[in-house]
Amino acid sequence: MEKQALIAKLKTIVEPYIQDEDAFKSLSENTDFVKDLKINSANLVDVILDVEDVFDIRIENVDMEKMLSVKAAMDIVNEKLAAK
Amino acid sequence: MTSNQIIKSLPYQQPFLFVDKLTEISSEGITGNYTFKAIEYFYKGHFKNNPITPGVILTECMAQIGVVCLGIYILNEENSNRKNLQIALTSSQIDFFLTVFPNEKVTVISEKEFYRFNKLKCHVKMLNEKNELVCRGVISGMIKPTVNET
Repeated sequence: MEKQALIAKLKTIVEPYIQDEDAFKSLSENTDFVKDLKINSANLVDVILDVEDVFDIRIENVDMEKMLSVKAAMDIVNEKLAAK
Repeated sequence: MTSNQIIKSLPYQQPFLFVDKLTEISSEGITGNYTFKAIEYFYKGHFKNNPITPGVILTECMAQIGVVCLGIYILNEENSNRKNLQIALTSSQIDFFLTVFPNEKVTVISEKEFYRFNKLKCHVKMLNEKNELVCRGVISGMIKPTVNET
C-alpha cells in the first residue's frame, strides 16, 4: 500500500488511544506508540486488533512484540498484505 | 479447573477477596457469586450510619469474578504456568442500577469478548438475589504469567 495512505489509516486507528496530542499531530514513520503517543499496553492490543480488522490480516504474537512504532506497523501490514 | 482451584489461585485475600463460589466455568465465560458480609470494612465509612456497598467494590467484585477468575481458567487451559500471575485492571465502564446492602448475595455473569496478547475483555453484569440487574458494563485487564527465573 502507498506509504502516505497507510500512515493516514494507521493515524485514524490509533487516535482513540493516544494520550499525547502533540505527538499525535506530528505523527510520522518514526513515532513510537508507547514512548511518543503514550498508549498503554492494553490499548496497544486494541490498536493491533483494529489493524487486523481494517486491513483484514491476522497478527501473531511474534509480530505484536515488534509492532511498537508506526514504521514497524507499516512493515508488518505490508508484509501481511503481500502474503495474502 | 474447579471453582476451588481457581479461587485458591487468586492473588487476593481478606479483606479484599470478593469471590465465594464459581458456578459455571468455561473459556467463553464464567458465573460466580459473593455475599457481602455486614462486617465488611468499608460499611463503616460508606456511608455514615447508612451502610451501602460502594460502586468501586461492586466493580472490584465483577472484575475478580468476571475477569481474573476467567483469566486464570483461560491461562490454565492454555497450559501456562499460572503460579506467578501479573494482573492489572486496564479499563472499566460500568452503569449502576440498584444498591447492594450488607448481607446481600450477588451473582456475577461474565462473557468473554476476546483474550488476545494477554488482554482479556469481558461484558460483565451483576444480579441480586431477586435476579434484578444491579450493574453491568465492560471490564478489561492484562493477565499474564511471569516468567520464572530458574
